[in-house]
Amino acid sequence: MRAAGVFLAVALAVALQTTLARFVIRGLVAVDLVLVAVVYVALTSGPVTGLLTGTFAGLVQDALTTGVVGIGGLSKTVVGFLAGIIGTQFIVTQPLPRFVVFFGATVLHAIIYIGLYVLLDLRHFGTPVAAVAGQATGNAVVGVVAFQLVELLPGAVERRRAARTRLRR
Amino acid sequence: MAVLDIRQRSGYLFLAVIFGHILLISAQVNSRTGVPVLEAVTFGIFAEVQRGVSSGIMGVRRVWNGYVGLRGLKSENDSLKRQLADAQVALQAQRALADRSRGLEQLLEMRDRSDLRMAAAEIIGAAATPDFRTLTIDKGTRDGLRPDMAVIAPAGVVGRIVMPSARAAKVQLLIDRNAAAGAIIERSRAQGVVVGSGEDRLRMENVSEASDIVVGDIVVTSGIEGIYPKGFIIGRVDTVEKNGPSYRTITVKPAVDFASLEEVLVVVTPTPAREAPGEAGGGRE
Repeated sequence: MRAAGVFLAVALAVALQTTLARFVIRGLVAVDLVLVAVVYVALTSGPVTGLLTGTFAGLVQDALTTGVVGIGGLSKTVVGFLAGIIGTQFIVTQPLPRFVVFFGATVLHAIIYIGLYVLLDLRHFGTPVAAVAGQATGNAVVGVVAFQLVELLPGAVERRRAARTRLRR
Repeated sequence: MAVLDIRQRSGYLFLAVIFGHILLISAQVNSRTGVPVLEAVTFGIFAEVQRGVSSGIMGVRRVWNGYVGLRGLKSENDSLKRQLADAQVALQAQRALADRSRGLEQLLEMRDRSDLRMAAAEIIGAAATPDFRTLTIDKGTRDGLRPDMAVIAPAGVVGRIVMPSARAAKVQLLIDRNAAAGAIIERSRAQGVVVGSGEDRLRMENVSEASDIVVGDIVVTSGIEGIYPKGFIIGRVDTVEKNGPSYRTITVKPAVDFASLEEVLVVVTPTPAREAPGEAGGGRE
C-alpha cells in the first residue's frame, strides 16, 4: 500500500514537473517537484523508504533527461536517506524546521548532483549559487505548503461534515 | 539491540544502493580517452599488474638487445633521414590539396543552404529536472527525425534533437548548459560560438579581439558545427563587457521565448556534416 502511494506521488511529481517546467523555464524560479516529493516521503516514512523513493525517483528523472543515468539517482538516494534520518531523530512538525529541511536537502542535492557532473567533466555549471539558492527557496516553500495542505485538508473535510450533520439535526 | 540491527541494515542498504549507482554511472561515463570509466579503472588495475611483469622481462631483453642493436644503428639512421625528407615533400603537397578542397567546400555549402525541408512538431513535455533545458516533441524516427537535426521556430533557433524514439524526440534547447552553436554577428560578420548558460541568456565565446560587436546586434547561425543551417536568427546581443581590447562577456538574448513555445519545425534536410557521421557536434559533451 505504501509502495503504491510512493509510486503515485513520484509519478504525479514527474508529470507535474514535465508539464509545468516549460512555463517556468527562467532559471531562478525552477522548482524540483520530484525532490520535494522525495523529501516529503522521507520525512513521513523514514530513511529506508526515503532511500528507495530517492533511488526510484532519481532514476526515473535521469531516464527522462539527457544526462547520465544514476547521477540524479545517487543524489536523491543520499538526500532521501538523510531526510529520513532527520525525520526520525528530530521533531519536524512546524513550518520553520520543515522549511530548513527542504532548503538543506535541495542544497545537498545540488552539491552532489553538480559536484558529480563537474567531477566527471560532463557539464559546466559556472557559478550556480544564485540558481541553487532560488531553487532551494522554491522547493522549501512548495514542500511546507504541501505538508500544510495534506495535514489541514482531512481536518477541514471532517469539520465540514460535522457541521452539515449538526445543521440537519 | 533490534533498533541497532534495523539501523545497521538500513546503513548496509544505503551503501549497497550507492555502490550500485556508482557502478551504473561508471558504466556510462567515458573517460577523457573515450573509454567508459568502469572499463578504464578495471583496465588500469590489470594494466599495472601487466606493467610490473613485463618491465622485469623487458629489462633483461633491453640489456641484451642494446648491445646487439648498436651494430645496425648507423644504417638505420641514414634510412630514417631519407624517409623524413620524403615525408616533408609529401606533406607540402597535401597542404596544397587541402587548401583547394576548402575552397570547393565553401562553394558546396552555398549550394546546400537552399531548399530546406522541415517537419512541424508539437511540444508535449519539458525536462524532468530543472538542471536540463530540454523539450519533448511529438515526432520521432517514424517521421524521419534523427539525432542532431536542428529545431527552429518562426522567431529563431530552438535547439537540436538529442534522443529520438519512434514517436517522440527529445530536443536540447540552445539555453541548455551543454548546448552550443556556431554564430555570426549579422552586421559585422564577426564569428564566435554561442553557448547555453542554463538560464534565459546565451553567452557568445571565442570572439576575436578585432571583432566589432555592439549591443543590439543580431546574432545568426554560422552553420560551422554542421547542425544548424546557416543564417537562422539566434538572438540579439544584450550586453558587451570588455577587458581592455578583448571581450570579457557577451550575452545574447535568444530570439525565441522558450517558455511560450507550442510548435516547432525540425530541419529534416541533412547538412553536409551530418551526412558524414561522427563529424557533427552541437553539444559540449
